[in-house]
Order: sequence, then C-alpha cells, then structure tokens
Amino acid sequence: MPEAENFESVSKRGSQEVARFEQPNRGAIGTLQHWLHINPALVPLIVLVLSILVFGALLGSKFFSPFALTLILQQTAIVGIVGAAQSLVILTAGIDLSVGAIMVLSSVVMGQFTFRYGLPVELSILCGLAIGTAVGFVNGWLVAIMRLPPFIVTLGMWQIALASNFLYSANETIRSQEIADQAPLLQLFGATFKVGGAVFTVGVVFMVLLVILLAYILKHTAWGRHVYAVGDDPDAAELSGVNVKGTLISVYMISGLICAFAGWALIGRIGSVSPTSGQLANIESITAVVIGGISLFGGRGSILGMLFGSLIVGVFTLGLRLLGADAQWTYLLIGALIIAAVAVDQWIRKVSV
Amino acid sequence: MKKLLATTAVVVMGFAGAASAQAVTACLITKTDTNPFFVKMKEGAEAKAAELGMTLKSFAGKVDGDHETQVAAIETCILDGAKGILLTASDTSSITTAVKQARDAGVLVIALDTPLDPIDAADATFATDNFLAGELIGKWAAGKLGAEAANAKIAMLDLAVSQPSVDVLRDQGFLQGFGIELGDPNKWGDETDPRIVGNDITSGNEEGGRKAMENLLAKDPSINVVYTINEPAAAGAYEALKSIGREKDVLIVSVDGGCPGVANVKDGVIGATSQQYPLLMASKGVEAIAAWAKDGTKPANTEGKDFFDTGVTLITDTPVDGVESIDSAKGTELCWG
Repeated sequence: MPEAENFESVSKRGSQEVARFEQPNRGAIGTLQHWLHINPALVPLIVLVLSILVFGALLGSKFFSPFALTLILQQTAIVGIVGAAQSLVILTAGIDLSVGAIMVLSSVVMGQFTFRYGLPVELSILCGLAIGTAVGFVNGWLVAIMRLPPFIVTLGMWQIALASNFLYSANETIRSQEIADQAPLLQLFGATFKVGGAVFTVGVVFMVLLVILLAYILKHTAWGRHVYAVGDDPDAAELSGVNVKGTLISVYMISGLICAFAGWALIGRIGSVSPTSGQLANIESITAVVIGGISLFGGRGSILGMLFGSLIVGVFTLGLRLLGADAQWTYLLIGALIIAAVAVDQWIRKVSV
Repeated sequence: MKKLLATTAVVVMGFAGAASAQAVTACLITKTDTNPFFVKMKEGAEAKAAELGMTLKSFAGKVDGDHETQVAAIETCILDGAKGILLTASDTSSITTAVKQARDAGVLVIALDTPLDPIDAADATFATDNFLAGELIGKWAAGKLGAEAANAKIAMLDLAVSQPSVDVLRDQGFLQGFGIELGDPNKWGDETDPRIVGNDITSGNEEGGRKAMENLLAKDPSINVVYTINEPAAAGAYEALKSIGREKDVLIVSVDGGCPGVANVKDGVIGATSQQYPLLMASKGVEAIAAWAKDGTKPANTEGKDFFDTGVTLITDTPVDGVESIDSAKGTELCWG
C-alpha cells in the first residue's frame, strides 16, 4: 500500500497523549472566577457580609443589634418568599411579572371568602392557595403548550390578576382588628417570638425554611435537575428524555402556590387585607434574584443567592435610612448593585466557554 | 400638531354639540380608580349626574403619577364634546397645557382635591384645605400631651419622595399645629426641631406605613407621637408598634376620614383623624358643570381662599379643649370608602 494512501499513519504524527481534564494553572483571578462559577451564591454572600460590616461600623449598636438585624429579616420576608417563586421561573429562562398580582389576589380571596361568604377560615386559605396555583397553571400552560414568551404571558397575567383583584374586592380593605377578632389564622405569619433581643415572625421562619427546602430540591432531586436542564437548553433537555412541558407547567404552578403563601404572609405582615399592597413585588423580586446572582438566561444560579440578594436590599434600605440619607440614595445604590451583579455574572459565564 | 388637534376638537365638538343638545356630558378624571378615595369620588359624581340627567364619563390613570393617560383622557373629553371636566391631576404643573387646550375649546375645568400649579390654571378648585387638616391633628396631639409636648418624640410618615402638594401641606400643617417651627413651608423634612425623630415615606398604604414606622423605631425606639399621611399608613404603623408592644402608649394621628379609618379611631388605633369629603367635592363639581352648561356661570371661591373649600372635620373620641371635633359615631355617618 503506497504511503500516501495509508491514512491511518497520519495519526502517528499527532499527539500521543491521552486526553486529560486536569485544570490548567489559572492564576489568582482565574481561580476566583472558577470558584465563583461553581458557587454562584458566593458573590451575594460576600456583598451581604461586607454591607452588614460597613453599616455596623458606621452606625454601631443601633444597627448591629439583634433587634435591627432581625427587623431586616422581617422586612425582607415577603420579597424573599416571592423571590423564591421568581427564582424557580427565572431558572427555566423565563420571568414572572405576575408574582405580586397573584400574591395580592390570593390574599384578597382568603380575606373575602372568610368575611363576605362566611366560609371557615381554613377553607378560605385553601381556596386562596388554590387560586394562586391555578393562575400559575394558566401561565405555565400558555408558556409550555402555546409556546408564548413568558414575558408576554406574565405581563398579561399581571394586569388580569390585578384587575380581578380590584374588581372582586371593590378596593375594600379588611381591617386588622376584624381579622384579629374573627379569623386570627389569617395573621398566622405575623405572629412573633423572641430569642433574646431578636424578634422573629412565623413569616421569616417560613421564608428561610422554604428557601432551604427549595435549595435541596433543586440540587438533589430529579425534578430539580430538570428545572436547571430546561433553563440551560430545552432542546438538549428534551433529547435527554426530560419532560420539558411538564417541568415548565409544574414550575409555574409551584411559583403560583408560593405567591399565594406570600399573600398569606402579607396579611400577617400588614395585619389587614389590602388590595392595593404588593404593587412592586414583581420588580423587587426580580431585583433580589438578579443581585443574588441567578442568571436571567436561565439554568444557572442558586436560590440561596436570591435570599442573600433580598437581604442585601434590606440591609441597604434600613442602613441608609438610619444614616438619615434621602430614600433616593437607596434606589440609586440598588440600581448600581443590579448592574454590577449582571456584569459579574457575565464575567463568570466566560469560564464555561 | 397640538393646534391641529385642538382645531379638530373644536370642529368635532360643534357637530357633537348640535347632535346631542339634550344631555350634558361631564368628564371625571382621577389619579387612579383603585384608591377608595377616588372610587367614592366617582360614586358621588355618578349619583349627582344621574340626578341632574347628565352623562358622566370616568377616566383614571393606571397608577398614581400616570400623567400620559390623563392627558389622553382630556383630549378624549374635548373630542367627545364634554361641557366640563373634573380633574384630580397626577402631575399638577405638566397637565396645565392640556387643561388650557380644553378651556380654549370652551370646556369648564375644575380641579378636585388636588390644586393645579398654578392654582388658577383651572377654572375652579374644589378641595380640602389640607394644611388645615394637618393643623387640626397637630393641635389635637399637642393638646393631648399637654406639658409633655415639649419632650415629644415625633415620627413623620409622609407619602412620597416627590413631595406632592397634598403631602407637604398636611405634614407642614401638622407641625405648625403642634407648635414646631417650620423651615421652608413648601418642603417637608427640613425642620431642625430635635423633637422630630425623622421623616420616612409610606406610599400611603399599610405595607409602607409599617416599614417606615419600623425604620424610625430603629432610629429611636422612644417615639410617642406618629403623624401619618393617611389612614392605611396609620394602620401599618400601628402593626409595627404592636409587634414591639408599644401600641398603647403612642399617639397616632392621620388624615382622610375613610370608614376603615374612622373605625380605627373608634377602636383606639388612631387617636384623631381629619375627615375630608370626596363625595361632596364630586357632587359640587357636577353641579358647577350643570350651571356652566345652562348659563355660563362659573363657580366662586370660598371667601379668603383661592379655592372652594369642601370642609374638614376632626374626628376623635377624646376631645381636647380648644380644638373642635366630632366623635367617631358621628364620623361613621359621614365617612366614605
């Protein structure tokens, strides 16, 4: 056989080494980049600890007290719970603009079913949770089966849920005193207990447990891995046997259910059932998610990061108010944080290319 | 473009006017249609319009501050051949261009609740004297504390960072009534009196009220007087005080006179509130438009003021000397929302 036709011989000229997956020496910055890539909640955690330290140094015991620090937790509880719902949706490369509206609608259903129709409060709460889940199902069905963009679907649902809320409630507030008299279960999430100087509410405990539970599910169950897979590349996920449509619908339903729980927690927080509250919850939850390092392109990030993200916003808000700064400074700094967070996210993403 | 539009409007109005001479059309444009205050205002206007055989068309911004929708509503009303517009403006100075267009087209424009900037940009203004509303609760709080007023620790729960005129007037009225020296009376938050612990914003709802109260309590836990921009904010502040067990020894004062707020006065949540009358504002406004459509009379102002004062009354169950008030039972009869 002439040498020119012996194609196999060419391989001898190539590298004889077996392919290896050892890490090249990245240098300090590269190592950091890689490290952040595997621990997406690390950046917000560092920022959170730093901001607590800075405000603690500036304000002393006024800020660095169990009372003030747990107050931040209380003020963050609603955004944290809604943020958990938002995180699930954003992990699938979607977005849910209707979270706040679902929350308020559910809380109004819980209140009005009890006070207008005289249903037992437990049943009303179940109805509220069911409404939230149902709205989530409609979102999920439109996104997964009708293949409409999540932004559009939830933009529409935001308006629909909010308008239903106003029409159904006739803008009437149910007062805190009436609820405390007749249906105290509605205020369950507002119940406080003290540990030393620290004040916790059931809502805060619920938020923390919810985030830990979801973090576990997302990391260690098949469903959780499917959520990431769908967000990263739905076609690849489909080819690997993931039920993409089912996963998407379930994500939106669970998101709706969590928002309904947030509605229950909202009653505990403000005491009354107020159809005008929670108007900014969608923006605030997206802010928490983004500052928490969850990628808006889907498939990457940790729900713990979202919790840190919402706490960062809480720390800045309270810290700056205690310093006596104009409230606008809070918005300005949070705006800068959002942009910085996305910039860091883009930089970390380069590791995987 | 605007001129063209205005001309078209006048022409169209000519046709429309000829076609439907029997029923006078009036427009009501509110900031939102979700706030109970505006919901009641709409009810008052509708009732009066039905009584007088007029057609009322209602418009509202999507959120407080939604200026564009209000401008579009004014343009629609001009085209529709309305005789008058009742307007609660979101952006009191920018809206004046659209208001001028309407007035040039022969439409009577009445500002309800919120004066335009300048106030004479509208044909008339029917509003609560918000400074007086604040002053009443300020005087009441000072009277209630007596000599202790000199050592009061006051939390000011305002509306928004943009400081709309209602927000400033109530805040400054309260401080003046309480006996605190004002800085610039067109701005809140610039006072130097050490009795003021701080100002924070509430967006006028329960959630904001609670958060603002918590923030100020973190600053100084010994607060014993709380001024609130409205009753939902007051209810939120009360929840914050309750969570630390201080709800019994703090005076909360507010403005509005909505039914839930008056019920809160009765239950001792709010110490005193200044009640205003949105239904009256709206029905007076509709009457004024009817008069204008009939023979071109314009409404007159209350003597000594540059607007028509629809009145304000202090509601409390623990009256103090020298401040006139009614009790919560009477307030419940007059309440709205």
